[in-house]
Formats: sequence, C-alpha cells, structure tokens
Amino acid sequence: MRAEGARAGSGPGGVKPFAELSQASVTVAGVSEQPLIYARGLVKRFGDFTAVDGIDLDVAAGEAFGFLGPNGAGKSSTMRMISCVSMPTSGELRILGMDPVRDGSRIRGRLGVCPQLDNLDPDLSVRENLTTYARYFGLSRAEARRRTEELLDFAQLREKASGAVEPLSGGMKRRLTIARALVNDPDLVLLDEPTTGLDPQARHLLWERLFRLKQRGTTLVLTTHYMDEAEQLCDRLVVMDGGRIVAQGSPRSLIETYSTPEVVELRFPDEADYAGKLEGIGRVDPLPDRILLYAEDGDAAVAEVHRRGLAPSSVLVRRSSLEDVFLQLTGRTLVD
Amino acid sequence: MAHPTVAVLERHLFLYRRLWRASVFSSFVLPVLFLVSIGMGVGGHVGRIGGVDYLAWIVPGVMASTAFQMAIGESTYSVLGDFKWVRGYHAMRATPVEIRDMLAGWLLYILLRVEIAAVVFLGVTGLFGALRSPWAVVTPLVAALVAVAAAAPVTAFAASIEHDSYFALLFRFVMIPSTLFAGVFFPVEQLPAAVRPLAYVSPLWHGVELSRAATLGGAPPWPAAVHVACLVVFAVVGLVWARAAFRTRLQD
Repeated sequence: MRAEGARAGSGPGGVKPFAELSQASVTVAGVSEQPLIYARGLVKRFGDFTAVDGIDLDVAAGEAFGFLGPNGAGKSSTMRMISCVSMPTSGELRILGMDPVRDGSRIRGRLGVCPQLDNLDPDLSVRENLTTYARYFGLSRAEARRRTEELLDFAQLREKASGAVEPLSGGMKRRLTIARALVNDPDLVLLDEPTTGLDPQARHLLWERLFRLKQRGTTLVLTTHYMDEAEQLCDRLVVMDGGRIVAQGSPRSLIETYSTPEVVELRFPDEADYAGKLEGIGRVDPLPDRILLYAEDGDAAVAEVHRRGLAPSSVLVRRSSLEDVFLQLTGRTLVD
Repeated sequence: MAHPTVAVLERHLFLYRRLWRASVFSSFVLPVLFLVSIGMGVGGHVGRIGGVDYLAWIVPGVMASTAFQMAIGESTYSVLGDFKWVRGYHAMRATPVEIRDMLAGWLLYILLRVEIAAVVFLGVTGLFGALRSPWAVVTPLVAALVAVAAAAPVTAFAASIEHDSYFALLFRFVMIPSTLFAGVFFPVEQLPAAVRPLAYVSPLWHGVELSRAATLGGAPPWPAAVHVACLVVFAVVGLVWARAAFRTRLQD
C-alpha cells in the first residue's frame, strides 16, 4: 500500500510531507510541527443548547487520539466540526493547518470519515461502494479500482466483494465503512463510535484492524463511550462531559491521576449502610448495586474488609480503568 | 481528475444499473401505450384538431408530460431517501463533493434518463408518422428544459420534508392537475377562461406548447422566448431553493 511505504517508521512527530499545506506555519526541511487539529475555545451551539462549550485541542501527526464521554457529552458535535461538515459557532479551529470555513472541501479531501450512522449504498455491491466513494475524491477510475482491491483485503471482505451490502453483518458493514474512509489515503482518520452496536467478536476484529492502521502511522481520532476501547486504541484522550473537557492525558496517566492502581468491587446481600463501615480503607464510592473501594493494594483492602467483620456476598479485585476515572470526574457511570 | 459532479452522476448511474428494469415500463412502454390508446382510440372519435389528426396533436404533449412525470417521480423518494434512509448525501458531504456538485450530478442524471426516453419516443412517433416538421428534432431539448424546471423544485421539496406522505399530496395536487390542465390532451382554450391561468403557471404547459409548435411546425401561443423564459424561471427558482434546502439539511 502506498501508505505503508510512505509512513513506515513515522510515529508521532515522524516525517510527513506537510509543507504543501502549511503556508501559515513555519516549515523546516519539509517537516511541519503544526498539529493536525488545533482548536482554541471551540464552541458549538444549537439554538439555546450548547453542545460544545469552549474546548482546546492539539492532535499531532501519528497520534491516536480519543474523545471519551457519555452520550450527549459533545463528542460527535466536536467530530463533525473537525470533519468540516458543521461550522463552529465560535472559537478557533484549524484542520491540517487550514480553516474549515474557507477550505472545507480541500480539508475534506484529505480526511477519512467513518460516521456513527452507516451511510453505505445498500443497493450497490461492496466493491461499487468503494469505487464510487473513491471517485468523490477525484481519483481516476484505475486508481479507484486499485485502492478498492487493496482495501477489500484490509477489510477482509474479498469474498463478499461482488455481493450487495444489505445482507452484510454489522461488523462487516462497519469494516466496509472504515475501508471506505481510507480510500483517499487520508492524513487524518475520524471514527465516530466505531464499535457501537457490534458484538464482542466483531469489536475485537475491528480493534485489530484499527491497531494496524495506528502502527502504520495513520493519525486516528475516535470517539467512544467504551473505556476498554479507549484504553486499547488511544495514546491520548480527553474526557468530555457536558460539552467540556474535564480531563486529558494518556489512559495510564488518567488512571494514575484520578484513580488508584486497583479497585475492589463489593456487593452486599442487604441494603445497610456499608459505606460508612469501610471508611479509612480507601476512597469509597457507593453505587446503586455495588460499592467501589479504591486501593493501592486490592488484596490488602479485602483483608481489611474481612478483618472489620464485614461479609460481602461478592468481592472482585480488578485493575483500575477509565470507567473509574470517569466516575471520579463526573460522579456518574458511563453506561447509559 | 474526475470532477466531483461527474463522480456524483456516476454514483446515480451505478445505482440505476441495478434498478433500471423497474423503470423501463414507465419510461418507454407506457408513453407508447398512451399514444395507441388515447391517440388512436380516442382520436378515432375526436377527428382532427388544429388541422392535424389527434394522434399527431397529442404526441408532443405526451412527450413533454413523460419528461415532466419522470423528473418529478425521480426527484421524490430517491432524494428524501438519500437524506433519511441511505444517507448518501451525508456520505458525499464528508468528501470534497460540494452541494452544487450534488445538485448538478443529480440533475444531469435526470436529464440523461429523460433524454434517452425522449429520443426513443421521438423515434417511435416518427414511425407512427406523427412528426410534421423538421423542428421536431428540438423536442428533446424542450423535454430537457421541462425536466429541470420540474426536477429542481421537486428535489428542493423532497430535501425539505421529513416524511414521505407529503409526496402523495404533491402527486395529487400538483402533478396530476398539471398534467390534466396543461394542454396535453386538449387545447387549453377549451377550458373556461377562469381556469386557464392554472395551465399558465404549470411548467408543463409551456413545454407542451413549445413541443407542439416544433412537431407540427406552427407558432406557440406565446412567443417561444416567453415559454422558454417561464421554464428557466422554474428551474432557477428550484435550484436556489434546492441549494438552500440541501444546505440546511446537511449543515448541522
């Protein structure tokens, strides 16, 4: 693949020819340090409703960047502004060094967008979906066919290539949508909730494909409300809530900052106030169905629970996750 | 480099390649059935009209109204579907394709469909001996003008609504009355003077009169330039409205 040759070994900050697009930026020997996405005080309002409430972003080439948050946090509105289909209400936004208001079409020509709602052509074949979409980017017919054949392998859809899209499984449709987003060999790939609605097996296959893209040096920006997805795929992420960024960093650093290495999940057979009895062992977070106990050492915390004569009906010691970070930051779980 | 407009046209043609069988009857067979049934059947009782036999008289009307109905029919469910169900326009929106390309590609597709039907129809009616003037060769151009004058506003309408039940209203209260009162089957002068303005505001009437003047070799009731201008106004207003409707629908 052309992308592979050009991008092999170009990790974050690697060599990528951005000279041609960054008239406004300082370029040194054809390499620009300009972020692919640059936002300051970005706001999106729909009437009285503020979907995105003044966020700052910098995404560098080669990064895998995630927006994590519950439904309605402003992730998709932000993505739509980045993909230049929705205009910011206020604030500054530069994509690939260009202004989405003035250069929307040029920017979109270098993005790959995998939308939250599938918009494949159900009456066209898998192959035709890729070739017709390639033509939107001005690829010649020969080039469109060449890219299509490469992407059929990438998406593992070769056996389905001549069949219609309609009967494909959700996972296959999603892989086709992602393959379609790569048809123009984009500088930046935007994935809005790429695995929402997929079964675990389909999700893992998709993660594996996205991980390969990431290893190839493709810059990925994705939204998700799955903690495990963010941990699997993102080098860096922002946690959004109510249109604002409430925390940012690598998954590991967020866990270190906002949680403890381990978490003990305790369930008790009755409704008594156990939270008070756990005081002093670690930070206690009572949820409707269980109590979370944040601890440096989970087993030691469990031993202390038993020493205090408490008898939980179930005990689970696990590593801390982004779910705990989100809970700590917002006081709410991510699950709908 | 393919122009984005061409890419949009190609996509519609790809889809048509899958679905063309369904349209053969309404595009090619039905107009001929009309000629045989109304032109020869009814024509046998009507006799001559405006100095020609009834069949030759209705040929240009059927041709223009076929273009009119194809343009309207195509611009309803397909357009709404590409916003609501297939979301094909949303897919295009994420690419360098601009709204003007979406509209241009779409109208070119309709024109292509209408032109093929018009030329085939012209050939068939030639065999019936219904063409009386060499000007008949311009009727496909008139059909093209009628098609854009009808497709542009209907596309705009389809892009503006949320539910397909509005199309039933469009067919019942706009398309069918326009076809009935547009001089396709009888001269508009037969209508009471109070009803005649209904014909004048229908793009189809202007198309029918231009076509008839071409196939029979007479002058249209109004100066040809005025008929053409009326059709152009429909097309331009429709395009402006369609662009605004697409923009509203795709912006946020």
